[in-house]
Amino acid sequence: MPRKSWLGMALIGAALALAPIVVGASLGNAWVRVLDFAALYIMLALGLNIVVGFAGLLDLGYIAFYAVGAYLYALLASPHFGIHWPAWAILPLGAAVAGLFGVLLGAPTLRLRGDYLAIVTLGFGEIIRIFLNNLNTPINITNGPKGIARIDPISVFGQPLSKPVEFLGITFSGVMLYYYLFVVLALGIVFVGIRLQDSRIGRAWVAIREDEIAAKACGINTRNVKLLAFAMGATFGGVSGGLFAGFQEFVSPESFGLMESVMVLCMVVLGGMGHIPGVVLGGLMLTVLPEAFRHGAGPMQQAMFGKVLLDPEALRMLLFGLALIAVMLYRPAGLWPEPRHRRELAK
Amino acid sequence: MDIFLQQLINGLTLGSIYALVALGYTMVYGILGLINFAHGEVVMIGALSSLTVIRLLADSGLPGPVVVLIGLLAAALVCMALGFTIERVAYRPLRNAPRLAPLITAIGVSIVLQQLAMLTWGRSYHSVPPLLPAATHEVLGATFTEVQVIIVAVAAITMAGLMMLVNRTKLGRAMRATAENPAIAGLMGVDANRIIGLTFVIGSALAALAGVLVSANYGIAHYHMGFILGLKAFTAAVLGGIGNLAGAMVGGILLGVIEALGAGYIGDLTGGVLGSHYQDVFAFFVLIVVLIFRPSGLMGEKLAERA
Repeated sequence: MPRKSWLGMALIGAALALAPIVVGASLGNAWVRVLDFAALYIMLALGLNIVVGFAGLLDLGYIAFYAVGAYLYALLASPHFGIHWPAWAILPLGAAVAGLFGVLLGAPTLRLRGDYLAIVTLGFGEIIRIFLNNLNTPINITNGPKGIARIDPISVFGQPLSKPVEFLGITFSGVMLYYYLFVVLALGIVFVGIRLQDSRIGRAWVAIREDEIAAKACGINTRNVKLLAFAMGATFGGVSGGLFAGFQEFVSPESFGLMESVMVLCMVVLGGMGHIPGVVLGGLMLTVLPEAFRHGAGPMQQAMFGKVLLDPEALRMLLFGLALIAVMLYRPAGLWPEPRHRRELAK
Repeated sequence: MDIFLQQLINGLTLGSIYALVALGYTMVYGILGLINFAHGEVVMIGALSSLTVIRLLADSGLPGPVVVLIGLLAAALVCMALGFTIERVAYRPLRNAPRLAPLITAIGVSIVLQQLAMLTWGRSYHSVPPLLPAATHEVLGATFTEVQVIIVAVAAITMAGLMMLVNRTKLGRAMRATAENPAIAGLMGVDANRIIGLTFVIGSALAALAGVLVSANYGIAHYHMGFILGLKAFTAAVLGGIGNLAGAMVGGILLGVIEALGAGYIGDLTGGVLGSHYQDVFAFFVLIVVLIFRPSGLMGEKLAERA
């Protein structure tokens, strides 16, 4: 690698390492928490990017895999069943189980055309949520709508990340420690994503996205390759879900609604489908901007009109919907599209 | 036995409403090959705007059914304008774009409509004044209300009318021609854009009707009612064979009946392990099963993959 890009990477690394300290000192820990969520959502979006961006399979129920990972963690590390497995045993298991769910859903549905697949995955997401909501009778498995609380935090080398640590004279709060964990894992997923993209499998995915019949004619086993995309995406979702459960120390079915699936999909689409830097940008934007909006919209209306005219939450969603439409109309390939993709759409 | 008949009646009522909404999906899909994801929200807007008009007129002394009819007309106008606008703004510019693009704008449109409805009508559940005759009758131990009879009758008449429109009139012929091949239809003097716009308008009018009927059936309306209704209606359209009008009707009624019977019997069948709150699972389960075993639906033709 040329020296210049090493320098660039070192700069990015330093920025990532300093970000929570700076943000924590200037804006408070609530914003470090937002950064944690940004990293978590970036992982999710990168997982969905494999399915939607690389393989071109529209999945509207992606959050179901996140839910599977989260609930698995919650059940195996909380007083709910009195089981307390270590996080590092549950996370790989969560990845495997979510991957299995991906195959289970994908196997029958991948023969379908794009938009049918979208609706079936959407239905699957809803089914998972309905089950999470109702599996508290007759045997209490998921604790129903109340959710599962007091989940064990994630520990690294015996140090639970929820407790603050003193290091080099700086106190690192829990949210900062989680930030470092999430960023390291997100970078790992970025690395996996980049390697996958240029691999034989990655090229097969893109071929299927561009023209499935032609891909088949070139000798690609389209069924298996699509299934692999589905399973791989689900695996990433499962890991992120486990991290989410350990971070929040609480899960409930409410966190896994259709809106969440749509949100993650929008990160992928707005950022630039199939383009990893674009997806990271999309994930960062759609976590940080709405949060800034949530804090800013109320006081801003107060200042402009003397009172809060519109519910900031509704306004936020309204702008979000309008942004979706506008981006699709004017930049159908996303804000930071893959160069190859941009050429195709520009014709 | 009585529960069977009772659930059959409830299922038929619900199914007729699903069928009306499903027609909107299927008409648009037949012509554009596009899932109009925002259709469910149009139904919601129809229900809530008719409610506003009905509330305004409730104390005017007009007889109940007339008030409902005026409400329906107002809702139909609102929805038709809405359907036309949605097509113009969110779908027409993307007609030759990749398949994903209009689906995303459709999601955007449904979010926008939902939030606008929330800002207009608030988060609360609105109760619908009982203006339609609601007397109950009993047949073989099962009860049904006059509202249910009205719903089924209105739905049946509307569907018959739509079939006439599509199969017998000049406009219907133009619609079928556009669905077959827009370019060739254009050569024959059909203004495809106008036909597509009209299809959205007709579908939205049906949505308004469905919105009024569904709120009369349940007695409540709220800003969030469109999503699940739209999803189920879409399921119904797929079940019957999407793009096929008769299929949408059959699929709608079948889905309503399956759901009602499923909700009625699931407790007994599973020994009380699963309860009737799993009702919503049936629709999706049916959808997945149909798509696996008969992807073209019950009455759909087998389509060759278009490259």
